[in-house]
Amino acid sequence: MELTDLTIHEMAQQLREGEISAVALTQACLERIDVTDTHLNAFISVCRDEALAAAHQADERLAQARLAQENAPMLTGIPVALKDLFVTTGVRTTCASKMLADFIPPYDGTVVRKLKEQGAVIVGKLNMDEFAMGSTSESSAYGAVHNPWDVNKVSGGSSGGSAACVAARQVPASLGTDSGGSIRQPASHCGVVGLKPTYGRVSRSGVVAFASSLDQVGPLTRNVRDCAIMLQAIAGYDLADSTSVDIPVPDYLAGLEEGVAGKKIGLPQEYFIPGLDPEIKQAVENVVETYRSLGAEVVEVSLPHTKYAVSCYYLVATAEASSNMARYDGVRFGARVDPGKGLVEMYTATRSQGFGAEVKRRIILGTFALSSGYYDAYYLKAQKVRTLIRQDFLAAFNEVDYILTPVAPTPAFALGDKTTDPLLMYLSDIFTLSANLAGICGLSLPCGRSSAGLPIGVQLLGKPFDEAGLLRTAYACEQTGAWHKAKPEL
Amino acid sequence: MRERYEVVIGLEVHVQLTTNTKIFCGCSTAYGSRPNSNTCPVCLGMPGSLPVLNRQVVEDAIQAGLATHCTIAPRSIFARKNYFYPDLPSGYQISQLELPICEGGYLDIETPERGKRRIGITRIHMEADAGKLLHSDDPGVGSLVDLNRASTPLLEVVSEPDMRSSDEAIAYLKQLHQIVRYLNICSGNMEEGAFRCDANVSVRPVGQQTLGTRAELKNINSFRFIKEGIEYEVERQIELIEEGGAVVQETRLFDSTTGTTRSMRGKEEAHDYRYFPDPDLVPMVIDAAWIERVKEQQPELPAEKMQRFMEQFELPEAVAQVLTAERPLAAYFEACTRLHPDARTCANWVMGDVQRMLNETGLEVDKIPVSAQMLCGILVRIADNTISGKLGKQVFDLMWESGKSADTIIAEQGLKQVSDTGAIEAMVDEVICANPAQAQEFRAGKDKLLGFFVGQVMKASRGKANPAMVNELLCKKLRDE
Amino acid sequence: MREKITREEVQQVARLARLEFSPAEADLLTAQLDAILVRVEHLNELDTTTVEPTAHAVPLENVFRADEVMPSLGVEQALCNAPLQAQDCFAVPKVIE
Repeated sequence: MELTDLTIHEMAQQLREGEISAVALTQACLERIDVTDTHLNAFISVCRDEALAAAHQADERLAQARLAQENAPMLTGIPVALKDLFVTTGVRTTCASKMLADFIPPYDGTVVRKLKEQGAVIVGKLNMDEFAMGSTSESSAYGAVHNPWDVNKVSGGSSGGSAACVAARQVPASLGTDSGGSIRQPASHCGVVGLKPTYGRVSRSGVVAFASSLDQVGPLTRNVRDCAIMLQAIAGYDLADSTSVDIPVPDYLAGLEEGVAGKKIGLPQEYFIPGLDPEIKQAVENVVETYRSLGAEVVEVSLPHTKYAVSCYYLVATAEASSNMARYDGVRFGARVDPGKGLVEMYTATRSQGFGAEVKRRIILGTFALSSGYYDAYYLKAQKVRTLIRQDFLAAFNEVDYILTPVAPTPAFALGDKTTDPLLMYLSDIFTLSANLAGICGLSLPCGRSSAGLPIGVQLLGKPFDEAGLLRTAYACEQTGAWHKAKPEL
Repeated sequence: MRERYEVVIGLEVHVQLTTNTKIFCGCSTAYGSRPNSNTCPVCLGMPGSLPVLNRQVVEDAIQAGLATHCTIAPRSIFARKNYFYPDLPSGYQISQLELPICEGGYLDIETPERGKRRIGITRIHMEADAGKLLHSDDPGVGSLVDLNRASTPLLEVVSEPDMRSSDEAIAYLKQLHQIVRYLNICSGNMEEGAFRCDANVSVRPVGQQTLGTRAELKNINSFRFIKEGIEYEVERQIELIEEGGAVVQETRLFDSTTGTTRSMRGKEEAHDYRYFPDPDLVPMVIDAAWIERVKEQQPELPAEKMQRFMEQFELPEAVAQVLTAERPLAAYFEACTRLHPDARTCANWVMGDVQRMLNETGLEVDKIPVSAQMLCGILVRIADNTISGKLGKQVFDLMWESGKSADTIIAEQGLKQVSDTGAIEAMVDEVICANPAQAQEFRAGKDKLLGFFVGQVMKASRGKANPAMVNELLCKKLRDE
Repeated sequence: MREKITREEVQQVARLARLEFSPAEADLLTAQLDAILVRVEHLNELDTTTVEPTAHAVPLENVFRADEVMPSLGVEQALCNAPLQAQDCFAVPKVIE
């Protein structure tokens, strides 16, 4: 067994015992990246020197802890990678855009700081859809991310690199962001676990914003226990984020194995639509059977406003994004293109050349939705429909503890398949968007394989701040199978 | 021509708050620092940065609202105002549109021409200031952006278009200026841009109900220029209309060197600000208890204080007005009255010598070397006839320089008034003897010469003779013989 | 059927957003946006007259910080990514007022 095949849980144990060193572990990851990333393009930047330096420090810290017969934080010496929209001091942060190709932040975001404080080793920055706008990681200015299970297929998006690097065992864990499914969907396409915590559970400070009221930071790992470990490390109230919630962080590992006996799981009828791939439908039905056999009750629920979610999302998200993107103007950081014809020309040339097509499309749509004469019909209307969608979930959670759905209508499709029709692309987010609109938590769990050998995931949705329950429920299903042990051939 | 038109003026004032830190980040608001030294990822609009609201800004806003009789909103939110400009780092200003923190207030003003009037205040809202744009002389450089000021807290106070003359506009502004200084939320320094006024000016034929098209005057940083700018603009608009033209709704800049306004139309395109609630900030909910707490901390406001001074100290309105113009001066005066019960005398000294020194030195009241207590040392010695009023002024000047007490100076300088009748009589006799011609003229009826004799005696006594006594004795001696 | 967005509107909105498109790009974009806006039309099937808009996914209020000075970045770091700088400031093409 390779070092890179160990789970976080196993790595942490062996590091603590002194059986392996953080440096050796980091080196193993770096080697694996060297070997595999030419096929995957999961990484934009690999921080070899910084990582090894951090690994050295981690080894010292672990040694000291052993001497003092104490435990260093669980993440000490664990290699992780970050979607390239987490701001990292001294390390290029590009958001997969030409606009930020040379942006080297002089500050760390809160979650990055937390990881560093706990001794995690940041190995590199991961490829993604440009500024998190996309569902396939094909809109990156640095080339698409390839699916480790079939390099001709998309990895999903926008956290494609985050999912691929974990699936390919380049690192045991990564962080991504999820505004409309951007953790859960690539996790599903790459056969890994992806968690979108409740809005406000994890700080957004130092995370480049796409849609401020929808964005949330979350971990991607190979298994549920590792996911709990990562969430434990990053969750918590942050003074620097006015939208973060001051609720105590529970112990996500305690009770992980409690099981689901007596729990009620809901299947929303609106999610089982004609366009749903039959193999995915079957995989979800298998999961239903598994939960029944584990003692849970699975019933039908209704989320009546589901069909409006895509429209709602693409008005709210693009409106917020259009405003968040205004800071990229060539004045204080990032690219500048100055045709020498004055200020307005400088702004226009910089933004037109710095942003890719999808980003520009969403900026136009969002600007339009907020513009005079259209604000009420589009943005305001969408925010009202959003309330209805949220109410759907809160009502459903009065009946059931968790909701079970597919993650994507099809498994990963071929690179280039959907790039010409943005609307088709948007419609494929149908199952994941609502959780962001409602602010609830959601997790993607590997549960099957298509006949073409591509991973299929199932989604569990939980009440606000019930990540512990969500993880427990996912764990129960995971342990009945071996999907979390599968390794792609590369 | 002018009489056929009515002037309509509305004012928007941006009040820069004196909080220690900016509205959405912990950077210092200290003025005059090296460019871009008081900046952080938040106020620089860097990727991933998030705003966090400074509670003191809300408190100051509530103070301002209460002082202007506004209703404080029970629920208030921030909105993004989206536009591009180099001094606006995020490409949007965080401001308030719907649900501003204060609404529906007023100020009562008075002008000689139009008497007492109530000017409505539509709203007060909080917003973040932009940075500063500097223009470089170096042709290769273009313009320079300093973001120290970016995100400094502002209160925008918007009046109803209730003013009908430039004098009313100035009266309103001066009162608002006084209030924010009284509340200690703004320095009021217009040259530094801490109190900025934009005037919306329009005219309409007398009797017309609908408003004329207005022009907005910007970039005016003194009361005098505001008056001039409004006056010029009114004339310009009337002339334009009389010649058959129409006023264009536009922004105009006031040029203080020429006293004229000129159109900024070239810069302005139709702005669609696309306001929407800022998703990074959460609503403010202000309950009655909070408003009560702020009310308790509110200092006595100028109008109330002036009224009280008139009643409590029996001062005429004009005097009370001068004394209450600035809160620290009023406090100084009141401190004096606690040590020296003759309020009138205190008032005269505060408005006279103290104010003179404040003007000359440019010092703040709380920094002057003559405290209320020290000043009263002088007043007490005048009242008990130790020194004359005139010598008292000398003592005051010496006190200012040396910081010593009145008694110390009087002793050191030997300024104690001579009130010994015998001594003064002797001096009076001497002076009369020395000036027989003038004595004769006086007795013949030239009463004015008394001043001459008084002057001679004061000179002989080096100013120390008790003037009242000198007067009395001179009269007696000159008249009797 | 009346379009939901015209090419002129796309260009207008582009100006607001400081973006420019070639005529071909503008045409494609207009068609794509029109299709999207046609799709979102169905939101009007819902009666939302008594529904409050959701500005925040989590109902928070009154989040403040104390008026205490925190360290700034410092001039060097503030300017470290500036495409052009002069005299401790960000330099931009001349702004005409």
